[in-house]
Amino acid sequence: MNFELTDERQMMQDSLRRFLSDRYTTQVRTENLDSDAGFNADIWAQLAELGILGALFPEAQGGYGGSGFDIAVVFEELGRAGVVEPLLDSAILGGGLIAALGSSDHQSLVEQVIDGTLHLGFAHGEPASRYDLAHVETTATQSGDEITLTGRKAMVVNAEAAGFLIISARETGAVTDEQGISLFLVPVDTSGLSLRGYPLMAGGRAAEVELDAVTLPISTRLGIAGQAYPVIADRVAAASVALAAETLGAMETATGLTCDYLQTRQQFGRPIGSFQALQHRMADLLIELEQARSAVINVAGHLSAAPRKRDLHISAARNLIARVGRLVAEDAIQLHGGIAMTQEYELAHFAKRIVMAEHRFGDADYHLEQFIDLSAA
Amino acid sequence: MDLSYSAEEEAFRAELRLFLAEKLTPEMAEAVRLGHGLCKEDYERWHASLNQRGWLAPNWPREFGGCEWSPVQRHIFEEECCRAHAPRIVPFGLSMLAPVLQKFGSKQQQDHYLPRILSGEDWWCQGYSEPGAGSDLASLQTRAVRDGDSYVVNGQKTWTTLGQYANWIFCLVRTDTTVKQQAGISFLLIDMDTPGIEVRPIILLDGTHEVNEVWFTDVRVPVENLVGEENKGWTYAKYLLTHERTNIAGVGFSQAGLAAVKRLARSQQHRGRPLIENPHFAARVARVEIDLMAMSTTNLRIISAAAKGQAPGVESSMLKVKGTQIRQEINDLARRAAGVYAMPIASEAVEGSNAAPIGPDGTATVTAQYFNNRKLSIFGGSNEIQRNIIAKVKLGGRA
Repeated sequence: MNFELTDERQMMQDSLRRFLSDRYTTQVRTENLDSDAGFNADIWAQLAELGILGALFPEAQGGYGGSGFDIAVVFEELGRAGVVEPLLDSAILGGGLIAALGSSDHQSLVEQVIDGTLHLGFAHGEPASRYDLAHVETTATQSGDEITLTGRKAMVVNAEAAGFLIISARETGAVTDEQGISLFLVPVDTSGLSLRGYPLMAGGRAAEVELDAVTLPISTRLGIAGQAYPVIADRVAAASVALAAETLGAMETATGLTCDYLQTRQQFGRPIGSFQALQHRMADLLIELEQARSAVINVAGHLSAAPRKRDLHISAARNLIARVGRLVAEDAIQLHGGIAMTQEYELAHFAKRIVMAEHRFGDADYHLEQFIDLSAA
Repeated sequence: MDLSYSAEEEAFRAELRLFLAEKLTPEMAEAVRLGHGLCKEDYERWHASLNQRGWLAPNWPREFGGCEWSPVQRHIFEEECCRAHAPRIVPFGLSMLAPVLQKFGSKQQQDHYLPRILSGEDWWCQGYSEPGAGSDLASLQTRAVRDGDSYVVNGQKTWTTLGQYANWIFCLVRTDTTVKQQAGISFLLIDMDTPGIEVRPIILLDGTHEVNEVWFTDVRVPVENLVGEENKGWTYAKYLLTHERTNIAGVGFSQAGLAAVKRLARSQQHRGRPLIENPHFAARVARVEIDLMAMSTTNLRIISAAAKGQAPGVESSMLKVKGTQIRQEINDLARRAAGVYAMPIASEAVEGSNAAPIGPDGTATVTAQYFNNRKLSIFGGSNEIQRNIIAKVKLGGRA
């Protein structure tokens, strides 16, 4: 047993933490939330320069990391700083899918993601799919050398900034079959593809994507026809590690702000942190925070396990972190009082990051159900 | 024991339903149901409809133009209004200031201000909290110094709900700094148009502008705007707070919220079935519904006791804690039910927005409401303060 980070990961954590505390100021974050783009292009370029995007890919794909622990270290730091830049969407999901399935012609796109010059979006979820990864109603119909996509994709994060969308569509099978789903690499300016963009509560932007007979050459298909599901599940597992770690980081900041506030805010002639009722609640948050930290370690260590075991750990971590996240977000606000209800005070942003993470790839109930199914089997 | 309403009460309910069906426009009800931000005119229009019918002041005595309804009637009124998605009655003038004026105000103050509250001529806001005086309200610092026929007021109030619409504010101010905190507070009525007053918006975490800071710089207030006696303001403030706590359980809001959660969960699919059939989700909905059924009876028990003239004591603190827990749990369920469509910013929650909805019906403002209603357990005496009150009464001053 060894719970220490390797030297390389420790250095990465240190340099990322330093960079974010210097450069990712409250002002940058606030400007991001008010901006049309939803994130800051300079910060993005600097994260690429620091090698943070490369740390999310294995060496064989042009990076120098890519394991569960690499992802966890990076995303915990992003979470601590409340970063809204789309590393999850452009790198873990978009870049990861192309790297896993793309032909050698496509690999230069992965290099562009790693050097920070290309954004991607993963257009998979649909209005009726909720969190079911196999639910794909969008159809892909082949005719000679061409393929035609028709359907609607929901909540495609980072779609407007993306050069390409990786779009899932069904070639065969019933709506919820794992078999029969393919992925297509689609330039966003393709005719028939339209976006309706909107800002997100926790920062960043997403879009509803309408696919009205989008016709593409067959070469845009990533991998073998109808066989994309296992790779989608693998990348969503990596995204789940990232979300769990990011939420952990955001909870560290939220609890840190709360500890500070309890020691400084005076009511009834003394710091409110001297009241035992509040002390005990703060103590509970700190206990749960350590539970969350262990859940992230568990899941990061099982990202490359066999799918069943991996998914059991994914659901365990995401269920626990969703529960703890709600507790931390709500109690951090409550322990602060009115000040935490304001947009201006930075806790608001962290509370939103924590709670909204639950809505990507499965909430507490969904993962509880998954866990029950997987652990009973 | 008899859990049923009397024939008269049922007739009253029927009369209310008729009125609501006639006077509440479908557009207004839809806006309230979907959690859209209402503008000042929306509230004013609804107040006017109620006033025309003589129902704007359920809790006022008849001599002042009120309904003098029984507590049970008021409960039915609140329940029916929530059920029909009527806008809430803005409470600051009607249910907070008015009872104070009726009990402690001068005849001139009653004659002048009360009719203007009913007619909508005056929109009142509340100047209680300060940046340094939240849970510890008695530590408030805003100063009023007597100078001839005026008080000169300096200081800052905060969390002033809908202060941006108000033309009058009732304030707690410090008039004596040499005595025990509670003994040096007075209750002043201040015209918001007086020079030296500045209202600054506070944007809440869901993006809405609901509360404000109000700054006072050498604001001259005529002495006749003092309510009751100088330095007795704390007594009036406490009296007001007991009125703030009527309907503190929010049973009607919770009932409407629960119905909305069920409607949403029926329309959302999970693994090919309506979400409402999912055992995990259904169990949570059932638990909160069970809690709500019990709480609404607790509420009625307290209301019945009040109807017999017993003043509610710790019970109102109990209702505040349980009532807000239930409402917040319902908000959490609504957020979960919305799935990925809980993620967008709800521009609809912001007054005057006309954005077309992104997700399915009933999802647009669930997250905004989830975050916004975190305030329920903070304002009006935080739930921790309520627990202190309960413990102090039951454990005998040792809390």
